[in-house]
Amino acid sequence: MDAALFIMQVLNGLQLGLLLFLVASGLTLVFGIMDFVNLAHASLYMVGAMICASVTFVVDSFLWAIVIALPLTALVGWAVERFVARKLYARDHLDQVLATFGLILVLGTSAHLIWGPQGIAVPLPEWLRGQVTLSETLILPRYRLLIIGAGLSAAGGLFWLVNYTRLGMLIRAGASNRRMASALGVNIEFLFSVVFALGAALAGLAGMLITPITEASLGMGNSIIITAFVVIIVGGIGSMKGAFIAAMLIGMIDTLGRAFLDGFFALFMSLEAAENSAPAVSAMLIYIIMAVVLAFKPAGLFPPKVR
Amino acid sequence: MGQNSYPKLTFVVLLLLAVVPPLLYVSGNPFYLDLATRLTILATAAVALNLVLGYGGLVSFGHAAYVGIGAYAVGIPGYHALYGGLESLGLATHSGFVHLALAMGISAVFAFLTGLVCLRTKGVYFIMITMAFAQMIYYAIVSIKTYGGDDGLTIDVRSEFPGISLDNPLQLFAVSYGVLLFAIVVVRTLVNSRFGMVLQGAKGNNERVIMLGYNTYAYRLTAYVISGALAGLAGALLGNFTTFISPEMMDWTRSGDLMFMVILGGVATTIGPVLGSVVFIVIEEILSSFTVYWQLPFGLLLMAVVLYGRGGLVGFFKSRSAPTKSESKP
Amino acid sequence: MTDFILETQHLSKAFGGIRATDDLDLQVLPGELHAVIGPNGAGKTTLISQLCGLQTPDTGAILYKGKDITNLPPYKRAHLGIARSFQITSLIMEMTVLDNVALAVQARMGSSFRFFKPARQISAIRDQAMDCLARVNLAHRADVLTHELSHGEHRHIEIAIALAAKADLMLLDEPMAGLGVEESRAMVDLLTAVKTHTTIVLIEHDMDVVFALADRISVLVYGHIIATGSPSEIRANKEVEIAYLGEESGASAC
Repeated sequence: MDAALFIMQVLNGLQLGLLLFLVASGLTLVFGIMDFVNLAHASLYMVGAMICASVTFVVDSFLWAIVIALPLTALVGWAVERFVARKLYARDHLDQVLATFGLILVLGTSAHLIWGPQGIAVPLPEWLRGQVTLSETLILPRYRLLIIGAGLSAAGGLFWLVNYTRLGMLIRAGASNRRMASALGVNIEFLFSVVFALGAALAGLAGMLITPITEASLGMGNSIIITAFVVIIVGGIGSMKGAFIAAMLIGMIDTLGRAFLDGFFALFMSLEAAENSAPAVSAMLIYIIMAVVLAFKPAGLFPPKVR
Repeated sequence: MGQNSYPKLTFVVLLLLAVVPPLLYVSGNPFYLDLATRLTILATAAVALNLVLGYGGLVSFGHAAYVGIGAYAVGIPGYHALYGGLESLGLATHSGFVHLALAMGISAVFAFLTGLVCLRTKGVYFIMITMAFAQMIYYAIVSIKTYGGDDGLTIDVRSEFPGISLDNPLQLFAVSYGVLLFAIVVVRTLVNSRFGMVLQGAKGNNERVIMLGYNTYAYRLTAYVISGALAGLAGALLGNFTTFISPEMMDWTRSGDLMFMVILGGVATTIGPVLGSVVFIVIEEILSSFTVYWQLPFGLLLMAVVLYGRGGLVGFFKSRSAPTKSESKP
Repeated sequence: MTDFILETQHLSKAFGGIRATDDLDLQVLPGELHAVIGPNGAGKTTLISQLCGLQTPDTGAILYKGKDITNLPPYKRAHLGIARSFQITSLIMEMTVLDNVALAVQARMGSSFRFFKPARQISAIRDQAMDCLARVNLAHRADVLTHELSHGEHRHIEIAIALAAKADLMLLDEPMAGLGVEESRAMVDLLTAVKTHTTIVLIEHDMDVVFALADRISVLVYGHIIATGSPSEIRANKEVEIAYLGEESGASAC
């Protein structure tokens, strides 16, 4: 195993981690502030990707498509909050889980009706194709660097928003004590709408960024939702910092595990046994990590302070 | 109070279930028997889930994993019986007894190991973690190419039991129905026993029950293991019924289906999960015969049930004077 | 040296910067009704939580009948004879009144990992539970669902449960909370009848009740016991007066 390959995989892990963070941040934000579990969050990831894919063909530019699709996805998020989530804030988490489970079916079938069963492949614009040569052995796909850049910027933007803006202050106030914030004159309803829409946009952005690589498809949300849950469980539900660290951790472990576990196993078992067992174990790896974390910290690594 | 509150309803439903499908089959309508068989099997899984969800207050969103494990417990030995391998472990076999033992045993072990971790969490964490563990098994199975991976596994030979041929639809139905009755009796007995009292108490107020001197963690873990084993039993039957065993059986969305069957029917009742399964599957069948986009109205229906339904279907049969239960946050 | 049934030594617990329990020394004599009083926020609930094991102290020790139970899990403390009633009614609302008390009885009768016999048909459990309910005058409500009873009746059930547990030590956390005049009187009568058989640590705000029932009183201020003594001693204690009424008191007793 050479250094270049390792660095490649580390960057892949970084990329996955950032995308996971984008999805998980919305989930944990909504839970932290509205105490709302949204199983259908990944449907917004999918919807964002689909909208962006369609728009790409209309305006013939991937980047402009993202710019247009982001507010559109936020709009969908706003609608979900207005017509579904709002009715469920007072209910217990089980009801929220079940209702959003139904919502997944609704959103998924609606997407099917609109876009058909096939996925949509999105071609990369010329200037994003190709590679960047960092050294004689280190050649990286340009687009992956863009994703990493975009992911980091989004994460940075979110951090700035939450910690240094008035909106962020309202968000933190709403998170720590909803009733008090409301009594102080904060328009809670509006705040919730904004947070939900923001979460939707972030998830949508993640979906949009991944489509040139894996294509936009109806089922893309179903697998990522569970991973996003693992991220926020490990990070501590409601904690942005936790979501970021957990996302990076899980992105890295999953990617490096899949890439190198068989090699690692081969160090102390036969090549055949390693190749047979590694795929299954690497598939289970992030869940094993989750179990280990929970064994010591049942509320995750950085659970936010109780209200 | 607490024992079967709806004895007449229970009797009627179970009787109809036992009698109508075979009659229809014998009079030339095999479709309904098939539907009833699938229904009975899923009802068994729902009854198993109800033990921990309805009576224990543990919202397990991962019970489909046990159904899947049970199905693969039939598929994998069957595969090896055909293609060799694992003979030394005695697992290359079509013997139904081995299949059942594997289905229940492995499910119990998985429930135990995951339960150890899950039960130390509560509320929404618990829901998500059970979902995550189920998905873990899903991905693990998918990655094992020998057993078909994504494409799943087909069995050519159903589980063999002396004197019974599961290839005969009537006999398969009879066995499934018998297993459903078995599951119902097991859950009812458990729930009314001293063990069950502690479990139910812990659902209502865990801290209080701990203060009384009960290690509720141990009780819950036990209930969780039993529930998993029963669901695994249902899974073994499902594998026999469909003969096509796929990882989709353990996808977390299947767990959601099971939950709806329990909740639709009415939690913490004997007949609720059965009623819920009936309604769920019948509606699924009806809607899917109308349109390929049936999941849209179905999803809307599920959402409506959650938003506006109280006490489940069984609640419809309750007398008007009975008070409605208050929900408590987990 | 007197044998205390319950004793805390230098008990301390902090939350962030706040010392909820600060070098707390409490001694409870067997058979007495020992009241713990103090201004709001003094840390009474935190104290009870630590005594019954739902929270662990940062430093210090809790001794029960001479044994160190500081790290013993809550369900094991019940086995030793410690019972707790909750300030905020904490019953199993979906079960009947009898079921609630029966669970307490069942806990003392060996392992409940029993799966076959229907629990409600075990006469040993049922009879004892009914007996406890009779002692709190609720036998006629045995088969009613708990959530249908009034708040006052709920408080009585709490006592019945403590009785069923045949506790050597009862930790009663504000049993008077939310009770009207009549109900309070009934509760005082009940506690008077009960206190002769057991040791009670009573956390309470209602001073009339405290002075009527308590054998000894400890005063808790900012997580620390500032005075312990008989009711008349406490009444006359200047420090206590200041703690309750502020520096410029000179006014009448509480």
